[in-house]
Amino acid sequence: MPAVTAPERAPRGASVMPDTPGWARWANDHRKWLFAAPAMAFVAALIIFPLAWTGYLSLTDSAGSVRAESEFIGFGNYVEVLTDTDRFWPAVARTGAFTGVALFFEVVLGMAVALLLWRPFRGEKWVRVAILLPLVATPVAVGMMWRLIFDPNIGLANQALGWVGIGPQPWLAGQHTALPTTIFIDIWQWTPMVVLILLAGLTSLSDEPQEAAMIDGASAWQRFRHVTLPLLMPTVIVAILLRGIDALKTFDILYATKGRGGGSFHEVETLNVYAYGLSFDYNEYGLSSTVLILFFLIIIGSMWALTARRKGAGR
Amino acid sequence: MKPRTGFKVFRTIALTVVVLSLVAPLIWMVAASFKTNVDIYDSAKALVFTPTLDNYGTVLQQANYVQFIVNSLWVAFAATALSLLLGVPAAYSMSRFNMRKSALVVLMARVIPGVSLLVPWYYVFSNLRMVGGFSVLILSHMFVSLPLIVYIMMGFFDGLPEELEEAALVDGLTHIGAFRRITLPLSVPGIATAGILSFIFSWNNFMFALVLSGADTKTLPVAIFDFVGYASIDWGGLMAATTVVTLPIMVIALFVQRYIVSGLTAGATKG
Repeated sequence: MPAVTAPERAPRGASVMPDTPGWARWANDHRKWLFAAPAMAFVAALIIFPLAWTGYLSLTDSAGSVRAESEFIGFGNYVEVLTDTDRFWPAVARTGAFTGVALFFEVVLGMAVALLLWRPFRGEKWVRVAILLPLVATPVAVGMMWRLIFDPNIGLANQALGWVGIGPQPWLAGQHTALPTTIFIDIWQWTPMVVLILLAGLTSLSDEPQEAAMIDGASAWQRFRHVTLPLLMPTVIVAILLRGIDALKTFDILYATKGRGGGSFHEVETLNVYAYGLSFDYNEYGLSSTVLILFFLIIIGSMWALTARRKGAGR
Repeated sequence: MKPRTGFKVFRTIALTVVVLSLVAPLIWMVAASFKTNVDIYDSAKALVFTPTLDNYGTVLQQANYVQFIVNSLWVAFAATALSLLLGVPAAYSMSRFNMRKSALVVLMARVIPGVSLLVPWYYVFSNLRMVGGFSVLILSHMFVSLPLIVYIMMGFFDGLPEELEEAALVDGLTHIGAFRRITLPLSVPGIATAGILSFIFSWNNFMFALVLSGADTKTLPVAIFDFVGYASIDWGGLMAATTVVTLPIMVIALFVQRYIVSGLTAGATKG
């Protein structure tokens, strides 16, 4: 319809169309798929097909070399993984703790900073620059930077504790302090992301409900709790969704600070780190694929739970 | 609404604390990169020390970082250019023809853990003798770049009025002509946003290069680990290496701040 009818609608353009070669007309008529097909083909070849393969591998005993013969063993790997209280379930717990605690602080701190930045003031520009820096910094480099700061012997963190009379802490080196320390690093790097998203949401809100609440004599806290927060809720959910997906998949800072296997006691071994180790340190492809499929289901499940709430909140 | 004075004082103090806690670790990293390892171990020389360029000498000469900088630039540039080439027209189609299901498939890539693709990739690409080469690295980085670009550009095209294209059709342009001569020039800010973010994400990417790069094709985030030994860490060299990786991207970010912010918050306020 489009290419053929255009000249009728526009006599001025009539001279253009007859000159158009046949292939160009064909391209014009099929532009919908012509434009989308290359990207879709890339996604099919490099994402959907490999993901399906991973799904298949999770049902085999593939190990050692990807070229080695492997046998179909049904859900054997799933039984093995789901009954593994040694590595799998602790990794699930760490992934949940890491994501939950990091998200909580990132959203609370992010909301506080976004509210402070909401109204324009002098020097605002410099605060915005500072907020951008951790965001664009290479996560592996950020991990290394904190590794120096948290070094038990020479690090700035223990020096600073010394000034206020607190004894040195093991930080990343401690079996129980390592995971909280990596959570802290994640909060340092990604709270700015939440600030930017919430600030975009706040800026798009209209002033009227605020003013109305003020005239009604609502306090600052009441205005936030009953006016701003409900209006901002969709943006908060988006921030939790975007940040949550990435937090579940955190790999770089864990690998940079604790190395393979999440440290010698697996103290920061999350699902992603565990699956990576199974694949590339132990070459257990069948088992790692099983962990990855379960991990993928966990991510999809938490996303689904959140978006369901989002629809519920919108009602 | 004018904030009260008490709030202003509180805001100034709170935001000073925020800025300091965000910037101080970075300054500490850069400072350590100019220290000898002896000075790094000496807490008396935390802030007052004689700067040295030795660490940068190590990084750029012994550790072959010039090569790794070129590698990182090339991979990030190629992955971004190819992703724009595939992603911008696709985003246009998905926006104009309302192909929400196709879009969802592309965007799913943001959710999939990268590790779950690495084993199949490794198998296929090692059979093709491509592991360790640039082409496989570029392809793997496109896994991150392409969905990002499609996501940002779809939002951009959604906000671009269709009337402009319709006017061009009336003037006798074909649909593809209207896309090329009207829509694309108007999309430069969106393409810049998507391109800059894609470049940064690729520059920072670690896991794909960790598995798929070779000794000559290593990118900077992987090369950082050259300074971490089994027994000891060359802290000065390591901090110079991390500075070399992060400083360029942070300086660029200062100049294109607006684009980065609009890219990172794309779609966040549509509800």
